[in-house]
Amino acid sequence: MIHLLAQEASPGAMSDTGIWISNIFFYVIAAVAVVAALKLVTTANVVHAALYLLVVLSAVAATYVILGAEFAAATQVLVYLGAIMVLLLFGVMLTRARIGADSDLDHEQRWIGGLVAAGLGAVMVYSLWEGFGSDKLPADMQPQRTQMVSDEIFSTYIVPFEALSVLLLAALIGAVVVARRD
Amino acid sequence: MFINQFLIFAAVLFCIGVYGVLTRKNGVLVLMSIELILNAVNINLVAFGALHQHVAGQVFALFVIAVAAAEVGVGLAIVLLIYRNRRSINVAEANLLKG
Repeated sequence: MIHLLAQEASPGAMSDTGIWISNIFFYVIAAVAVVAALKLVTTANVVHAALYLLVVLSAVAATYVILGAEFAAATQVLVYLGAIMVLLLFGVMLTRARIGADSDLDHEQRWIGGLVAAGLGAVMVYSLWEGFGSDKLPADMQPQRTQMVSDEIFSTYIVPFEALSVLLLAALIGAVVVARRD
Repeated sequence: MFINQFLIFAAVLFCIGVYGVLTRKNGVLVLMSIELILNAVNINLVAFGALHQHVAGQVFALFVIAVAAAEVGVGLAIVLLIYRNRRSINVAEANLLKG
């Protein structure tokens, strides 16, 4: 949608207005995602945590759209929001997590985890700042069409793709074997 | 658009996910935090794909999504097995390997 807006203004290159609109969209989406992620790791209710994860995954799909990766965005919605979320909710239900607040979800020494995460974040943000200080996405950024993705997968990356198929089959069989009642 | 706004957004999500993995006791919540980490990595891949105007970033993001699906399947099977054997999915109690 954002790219369409940009292309109406000037075909090919993304106009200043298009970049401006994309930026506003991005910051709103990023703020929503970070708040939802923080709630996800601090909430006392397992079902609420699953719903916050839903918000984060949708925001990530929207980020893909802003970056022009339409097929990745569609796959994110289908696989993550559709399949993995249902699987996680199944996990919540099958382990009979309490519906409602549960005070016993975190370790007592959560400040150590906070310290590790904050240190990691400081190092990563600093090195990103040093490494990509003012690098910009190309102004004539084109959306990467699904056709380009499929051409690449079925030519350059055909071997990893087939290996991934076998991995999925192995994981499927493994999950059935592990979870089966004897 | 700066590339850094996407990369730092991903780094923040990654760190929140790490915090979740380290502090949560409930096995399903640990899996959810791992999903957060994998998504942060995917944002990086797609952002670099857009930076270099190459489709490989998106292809690798798709591969990571597929691997994440496999990971959740096996991970949940393990969590269910722990629950069936111990009546609890507290990962802090699964400490038989501790010397």
